[in-house]
Amino acid sequence: MIISIASGKGGTGKTTIATNLAVALEEPVTLLDCDVEEPNAHLFLKPTLYRRMDFFVEVPEIDLARCTFCGKCQEICQFNAIGILPDTALTFPELCHSCGGCFLVCPEGAVLSSQRLMGTVEIGDRGPVHFVHGRLRVGEAMAPPLIRRVRQEATDDGLTIIDAPPGTSCPVVTALWGSDLVIMVTEPTPFGLNDLELAVGAGRAMNIPMGLVINRADMGDRRVHDFAARENLPILLEIPFDRNVAETYAWGKLLVEALPEWRGMMRALFARIQEEFFAGGVDRNLEIGR
Amino acid sequence: MHEIVVLSGKGGTGKTSLVGALAALGEHQVLCDADVDAADLHLLLSPRILARHDFYAGHQAVIREDQCVQCGECLDWCRFQAISEDFVVNPILCEGCGVCQALCPVGAIDFPENHCGEWFISETRFGPLVHARLGVAEENSGKLVTLVRQEARRLAEANGLEWILTDGPPGIGCPVISSLGDASAVLIITEPTVSGQHDLERVAALADHFRMPAFVLVNKSDLHWPMAKSIHKFCDVKGYHFMGYLPFTTAFTQAQVEGKTVVEFDDNQLKSQLAELGAKLRTAVRQLNPGKE
Repeated sequence: MIISIASGKGGTGKTTIATNLAVALEEPVTLLDCDVEEPNAHLFLKPTLYRRMDFFVEVPEIDLARCTFCGKCQEICQFNAIGILPDTALTFPELCHSCGGCFLVCPEGAVLSSQRLMGTVEIGDRGPVHFVHGRLRVGEAMAPPLIRRVRQEATDDGLTIIDAPPGTSCPVVTALWGSDLVIMVTEPTPFGLNDLELAVGAGRAMNIPMGLVINRADMGDRRVHDFAARENLPILLEIPFDRNVAETYAWGKLLVEALPEWRGMMRALFARIQEEFFAGGVDRNLEIGR
Repeated sequence: MHEIVVLSGKGGTGKTSLVGALAALGEHQVLCDADVDAADLHLLLSPRILARHDFYAGHQAVIREDQCVQCGECLDWCRFQAISEDFVVNPILCEGCGVCQALCPVGAIDFPENHCGEWFISETRFGPLVHARLGVAEENSGKLVTLVRQEARRLAEANGLEWILTDGPPGIGCPVISSLGDASAVLIITEPTVSGQHDLERVAALADHFRMPAFVLVNKSDLHWPMAKSIHKFCDVKGYHFMGYLPFTTAFTQAQVEGKTVVEFDDNQLKSQLAELGAKLRTAVRQLNPGKE
């Protein structure tokens, strides 16, 4: 079972819910931090990282000894990553989407396989929590390939929790694709609501069931609650504003460890998720252990 | 003309609230919302839309069922697993690379241009605003960011306005990189939390990568003073211009609920602090780019 934590707006508490939920369960669970542009879960989980690998994508390199400058590779490339001039060929690896079209069309076998470094993947553990995140190389524009790589680390059985990036476009879609459930963490403010509406639209387009966690539920107004009722989105948990929580977070501490009531709150959230989305049938999915 | 792009790395540190406040205190300016995936600036500025345009970018493959002979070649070529076993392209997964369309042996694949969203030119109480709305689960946000910024620049030039104030996206990827090109400076608003600091370091490194001068402001400072101060120190060491500390206050949220910028809501200390910040920033940016008024 894959539960993703998303929001639309940044800073609403995605990482807080993902990390604290994972630890509160006290059972084997895989936590994937798919916010590869700004991964933060490790700052709170503090896992022991035991494996680090660079992640590359395939990009073309032109063998000028074989190239006849026919231009077929340039023609198929939708991303302007290859430029063929009368007597030379240029590649722009940072524009390449790794579709492989240039390799397929070259009649001379002059397109060679090269690589572009996208970032790194790090794997570790903290107690029963198995942890994986990707760190996009600073200066690299494309997050989705690295997100797909991190997503491959989801376990086939057992529970995987995904900490998704903010926004509603391709990185979010890549992180959420194939999830069994998305928990949208929001706040009851105009920005929170506007971005929630967009994120819920993305969730609907992917046909994924959704529930809400309303953070800082007593700040702002009631429009998020009205939206939830209108859209038939279950409110799984409401968390009141607490300055102590904000300070505990600032220091990088897990709330389930610093504030005892959080452990019960996170376990209640998980119980509510099971009851709301997985009650009756699919009992294999209910087993979070391996 | 000078463009200041407000970034943060981490989401929710106060980019849009800050842009709203600086807009309210500024003049001779064009405002630009470059967070096209989750645009919020309009919620503070109540824009009156003057012009609305469709945004097309990239293409998407569509298999014509009546002509497809189901040979299965496209399934092998597609590296994005966008084509189902029954030969339907999933628009959410299609990357728009065109490989299937170019190579289909019976030419059964169309490749129409993609309608990815809309963009707008509006007027607000603080000056013109260029903003956009990316379609649900769409791609090409980087191109849309480039487009709204170009339009903001065009408007500023046409009207002889000195400033462009751009609300940037979170993160460090494609839309953020698109929001930086040719800007005069970035203003990074962060918070004294482990994640705020971590993300600041990455987005500041990105500004360095593009040789863009970076100004740093710490919001919600009293959440964790030792870290707020260590961010100041980090800026001094790295050569980023440190712009000061803002308090942790509910005034930003209260203003937002009323659809106002914080300086319209709370006209006391915070307003004078932000006014001072805006003036200091403008002076520093003018000095960095002399002769571009």
